[in-house]
Amino acid sequence: MNAIFVLIAGIGAMALGYFVYSKFIAEKIYRLDPNFRTPAHEFEDGVDFVPTNKYVLWGHHFTSVAGAAPIIGPAIAVIWGWVPAFLWVIFGTIFFAGVHDAGAIWASNRNKAKSIGALTGDIVGKRARSLFMIVIFLVLLMVNAVFAVVIAGLLVDFNSAVIPVWGAILVALIIGQLIYRKLVGLLAVSIIGVIALYSLIGLGPIFPLALPETFLGLSDRAQWIVILFGYAAIASLLPVWVLLQPRDYINGIQLFIGLILLYAAVLIAGPEMIAPAFNTDVPEGTPSMIPLLFVTIACGAISGFHGLVAGGTTSKQLDKETDARFVGYFGAIGEGSLSLAAIIAAAAGFATLADWQAVYHSFGQGGVNAFVAGGANILSNGIGLNVDLAQTLLTVMAVLFAGTTMDTGLRLQRYIFQEWGQIYNLKWMQKATPATLLAVGACLLLAFGAGGADGSGGLIIWPLFGTTNQLLAGLTLLVITVMLVRLGRPMYVTLIPLLFLLTMTVAALIMQLKTFYAQENWFLFGLDIVVLIAAILIALECASVLNHLRKGDEKLE
Amino acid sequence: MRNLSNSKLEQKLGKIKALWRKANAFAEEAYNAPYRSAIARAKREQDDLFMLMVYSELMGIPNPASFYTLELQPLMLERFHEWHIRMGMEHSPLDNIRCC
Repeated sequence: MNAIFVLIAGIGAMALGYFVYSKFIAEKIYRLDPNFRTPAHEFEDGVDFVPTNKYVLWGHHFTSVAGAAPIIGPAIAVIWGWVPAFLWVIFGTIFFAGVHDAGAIWASNRNKAKSIGALTGDIVGKRARSLFMIVIFLVLLMVNAVFAVVIAGLLVDFNSAVIPVWGAILVALIIGQLIYRKLVGLLAVSIIGVIALYSLIGLGPIFPLALPETFLGLSDRAQWIVILFGYAAIASLLPVWVLLQPRDYINGIQLFIGLILLYAAVLIAGPEMIAPAFNTDVPEGTPSMIPLLFVTIACGAISGFHGLVAGGTTSKQLDKETDARFVGYFGAIGEGSLSLAAIIAAAAGFATLADWQAVYHSFGQGGVNAFVAGGANILSNGIGLNVDLAQTLLTVMAVLFAGTTMDTGLRLQRYIFQEWGQIYNLKWMQKATPATLLAVGACLLLAFGAGGADGSGGLIIWPLFGTTNQLLAGLTLLVITVMLVRLGRPMYVTLIPLLFLLTMTVAALIMQLKTFYAQENWFLFGLDIVVLIAAILIALECASVLNHLRKGDEKLE
Repeated sequence: MRNLSNSKLEQKLGKIKALWRKANAFAEEAYNAPYRSAIARAKREQDDLFMLMVYSELMGIPNPASFYTLELQPLMLERFHEWHIRMGMEHSPLDNIRCC
């Protein structure tokens, strides 16, 4: 099938979802009220609570939630054929992610803009809140480890991107200073920044850089992983305006440029979907599609991480309650469209089926590297970009995303360690540097522990990361469901996704447990058990809460 | 004739300028909104430290610059009120300052 049809079908379905289903959700289920006094107005303080223009808020929400994950997940899942991945991304976005994201904003908005973690405590119970904290810690731990492995893989495979990737950090530092000292207006700075970034991308293929194959007994991938954590540790300790803020801003612009270029190239070149629609000939060792597909693609179909952004930050800046539909639901659609682009790149970007099979030779392979290679072919056929240049462009896009997520993730993890320092009265753990070192240590252990000292197998934990992310989404859906039941409104729009997610997550965890046992990978076996226990506890919590609600009990504990 | 075209040109230029300003304001909002709270919080922490210096003598902490900071005290009263509310104290915790 031609990729243009896939693209139009996907976009059309998501547009239908926005205009029809989200209208139904917003008006009939959440009953968004334009006259409701939002927390942004009620507690306006110029610090956390600031009413913000809905387009700006959407941009912020979208760029905070869209990272490398909606690219990596679908690009791995194409191994089962592109149709299952496509269907899960489209239906997931329409019936799961949009409802979840808009619902999280609504729930938080109706409860003084509290974070979803605090809401689980208030609405569901204390046990649920503790579970929430544990799952968040696991998500952060895995996201940092996985992304370090992904970036290292990209920098080794596409070494033309080394100069632009690190150069982009320099550009961000300079932009940050220019803006902070109010030397140049922002629009001018944006233009300078984009020109600087794209000239660096142009320079990349001319001056490719590679690390020595082994250094102090570490392979080149392992060296990159260590360097990346060194960078992330320093970046997470800097004040946000120095690096993180300008970097996020450039990433946002770059995301839109990248998406537009990719979509334009698909429309012009009209490549055929080379990958099989349903892959009946999967490589040996590939786990069963059901349930693994539903945890391999988390971001892009439904992701609990969005709830963290929606509750803690977005809801505090909501100008009107009705904006929740645009910001939350359309934000999810933005991410769905990124995943759609990833699927098309990984399925249609190869010349022959044999080429495609060579890349997807085992489970966990392909992934983001297939996205870069495939996407670059489409870009070069569509808009005539040189293949090397197109590869560099897409690599830089993926690496910058993953990098920003890493330093945000490490920062959040440091806060958790510092909080533990306060709870257990450990003075040294409350300081920023030791807490950061602890966080880095934990992530390095996972990055190397999962796949051996060369750091090549870290993507084995990708589905495990997906399961924790889905558990987080499940908890948020539980909060929304409980709120809906108490208001006497239909709960099936959130209850059905919740039950589906829990079933698939638990099934995936058990299946992976068997695989890790057979592989004698005791490290991941242990980690899987921890996540499985959390999942079972969450399922029990859901059962008990829903049972109480059915009986009409007001008190839950 | 020339005057007419000049004024038209000026109108066009004015429109472009207005558009640029609007886009600039939008970009600035997009740049600042995500990090507003983190930066404002950091600034508030610095301000709190400064306030501690200004009021330090009231709490028995000797301050060699108190001669100069004395005249800042009334200026900072409003911020002091904001601070004790934020810290969860309904009234001023200091005996010498009865702010509300």
